[in-house]
Amino acid sequence: MPKQLTRLIILFAILTGGLVSARHFLLPKTFGELGHYRAAAVTTIAARPIHYAGRDACSTCHADIFEIHARNKHQTVACEVCHGPAAAHVESPTDVELPKPNKRALCPMCHRYDPSRPTGFPQIDPQTHNPVKPCITCHNPHQPEPPHVPGECSACHGEIARTKAVSRHAGLDCTVCHATPVKHKVTPREVHPEKPRTRVFCASCHAKAAKSSAEIPRIDVDTHGGRYLCWQCHYPHQPEGA
Amino acid sequence: MNGETTRHDQPPTSAKSGQMWGTSGSTSRRQFLRTWSLAVPAMLLALRSKAVAIWFTGETPNYNAKEHRYGMGIDVDKCIGCGRCAEACKNENDVPREPFYFRTWVERYVITPGDTLVDSPNGGIDGFPPTTSEKGILRTFFVPKLCNHCEDPPCVQVCPVGATFSTEDGVVLVDQDYCVGCRYCVQACPYGARFVNPKTHTADKCTFCYHRLVKGLQPACVEVCPNGARIFGDIRQRSSPLARFQRMRKLHTLKPHLNTKPKVYYADLDEEVR
Repeated sequence: MPKQLTRLIILFAILTGGLVSARHFLLPKTFGELGHYRAAAVTTIAARPIHYAGRDACSTCHADIFEIHARNKHQTVACEVCHGPAAAHVESPTDVELPKPNKRALCPMCHRYDPSRPTGFPQIDPQTHNPVKPCITCHNPHQPEPPHVPGECSACHGEIARTKAVSRHAGLDCTVCHATPVKHKVTPREVHPEKPRTRVFCASCHAKAAKSSAEIPRIDVDTHGGRYLCWQCHYPHQPEGA
Repeated sequence: MNGETTRHDQPPTSAKSGQMWGTSGSTSRRQFLRTWSLAVPAMLLALRSKAVAIWFTGETPNYNAKEHRYGMGIDVDKCIGCGRCAEACKNENDVPREPFYFRTWVERYVITPGDTLVDSPNGGIDGFPPTTSEKGILRTFFVPKLCNHCEDPPCVQVCPVGATFSTEDGVVLVDQDYCVGCRYCVQACPYGARFVNPKTHTADKCTFCYHRLVKGLQPACVEVCPNGARIFGDIRQRSSPLARFQRMRKLHTLKPHLNTKPKVYYADLDEEVR
């Protein structure tokens, strides 16, 4: 064999050997097992921790709420949409508490009027729809149907019903203020419902000493308004004014 | 096997069979069959020991990627643009909170005669500012976007080191330990679904929440979508919600002319959506 050929063969052998050993040491172990990638990467990615537990996880402990929720309009809204990722809470229910978003900020994320939202999706204007009050005052998020004026009243007094529905007095039944005789339904023009005749009636919630919810605005009944009845200045179906 | 067992069950007093099979053959054959009739099922059980373990311990079976082919359906007419999907995605996958890193996001389209406005402030997480004027709007709607998990993904083609790949169940993933952060895939993706993670300095993208899929859960965005605008499932499995969505709706994919064969299917998609 010519000398130069031997040298060439040796050179090629070294190169091939070097290449093979380099490939052996440099190529990751699982590379090429499933394709042109490291098969171990799939396992790494699959082993990442989860944060959202899924709604089935909630039903085990909160069966009562789960059942109400499943029968009402928000049934398609998973628990974790409002309460946030719950996997940590499922792991240790006493140590990790989930937020109860009872502020006014969350609901308009879905329900603020936006022309881009699909037609028919319930939307409100947060500026005019019962402003300032948190949504949960009237709407239980697990059962979001708001309190509504019964058809017996709204059939004739529709405008008042609609005004009251977005006012601060939305939660009050008509009969709280208007004692209505049964005959009013038969002969509405002859038998009238009552209206509050004294300032004491409104004061039962709005007086400084009244035993009512802390968020209700208070006045000093003795000095405020003088000789007038409350509803002569404050329209009770829209008390905060237009 | 069955035939032999029946023969074995014949009364041993039968001299005829004994003669036919030789004198000592009868006993050894019986022994052979007695041993093997127990041993063979035992061996088969041992081979399926994983399955046996599941029966007794109630653990979930090992995930088999070959049995699945994942895709997502998006019902554009149901999206209310609340951005909960983008928010959940960031929470679930620890995506940086800066308003330009998204694995999924919601776009708002406002189409007026001769003009199409598209915006996605913070991916839709904080809601959308009111449109300037409602007058003159022809059509307006929200479109959720994410990685299309293409059947022929251009991002995988261009990766110089093999750090991004399609799994056996049809999900396009990034190997974060192997990615060199060259950004070639970010350039190659026609849907803008990739970004370079500022913490790891590697390519990052939607994984269809692969870590949830292997546990039998749905992706986080699908889990939290309040109006059912995202439908997830197995393309091959006829009973999956996605397969039903594919049968019942008129579907489009994004940029079909690029032949990437996306596996995110949009129903009622407007022609303006790219």
